[in-house]
Amino acid sequence: MIRIATGYGKKPSVGGFETFSWYFFRVSGVVLIFMVIIHLIVMHVTTDVACTTYQFVSLRYDNPLWRLYDWVLLTLALLHGMNGLRIVIDDYVHTRGARLALLSTTGVLTMAFFMLGTITLITFPYALNPASLGAACLH
Amino acid sequence: MYKGRSGMWSWLLHRVTGLGILLFLLIHIVDVSLLGFGPAVYDEGIAIFDQVIVRLLSLALVAAVLFHGFNGVRIMVIDFWKRGVAYQALMFVVALVISVVGFLPFAYFILQPVIPFLQTHATSLIR
Repeated sequence: MIRIATGYGKKPSVGGFETFSWYFFRVSGVVLIFMVIIHLIVMHVTTDVACTTYQFVSLRYDNPLWRLYDWVLLTLALLHGMNGLRIVIDDYVHTRGARLALLSTTGVLTMAFFMLGTITLITFPYALNPASLGAACLH
Repeated sequence: MYKGRSGMWSWLLHRVTGLGILLFLLIHIVDVSLLGFGPAVYDEGIAIFDQVIVRLLSLALVAAVLFHGFNGVRIMVIDFWKRGVAYQALMFVVALVISVVGFLPFAYFILQPVIPFLQTHATSLIR
């Protein structure tokens, strides 16, 4: 099985989950730089945020590639961030009970938010009736 | 490198911006899930993003994302280039400068709809 740190005992320097995590931060980080900046440009620059309404989302999500883009962004950002949170917890929490509580909460939250985001993207309906999409801008 | 000088500040800023972005992400996943309730509920939910205070918070988020990303690149250069460590302080300054420079156009586009002074110089791409 994959070797995961116990928080005590001898420390091996190669392999294991921590090494994967170290590489994951860097690989996901590079991908995220591009994906997040593009996301910020689409949401704030090319469109004013007052016009990012349901209609705006619906027109984007008519193209399934935008749904895929958002899902990859969700997955990478959530894993990158939650892995970071795990490391922050490791740095400041040393008692076994508190570690168990906080790290397992982190894991559960990761899964819960991932499921919520995935369900939102998958179940968003294709716009069959353009009149039902609401306003183009809030004002 | 690490006690009270650029190395420590860059580590601290990286951690603080990271946690800040994560907190925003969790809120964001919830507000986007409002899409499941239809246009009326979703449009009402995102109306809060139009408020000036929230626009300023969005701007802070943009600054955090830019710094966290560029400092991350700095970290990778330190990790993967054998002479990277020698330039760590310089790269920290570069990361800060690029963050500020990259932040300015976002500031313009995000604040432009709500600040009259910026609106009179309407050379924007929007609408």
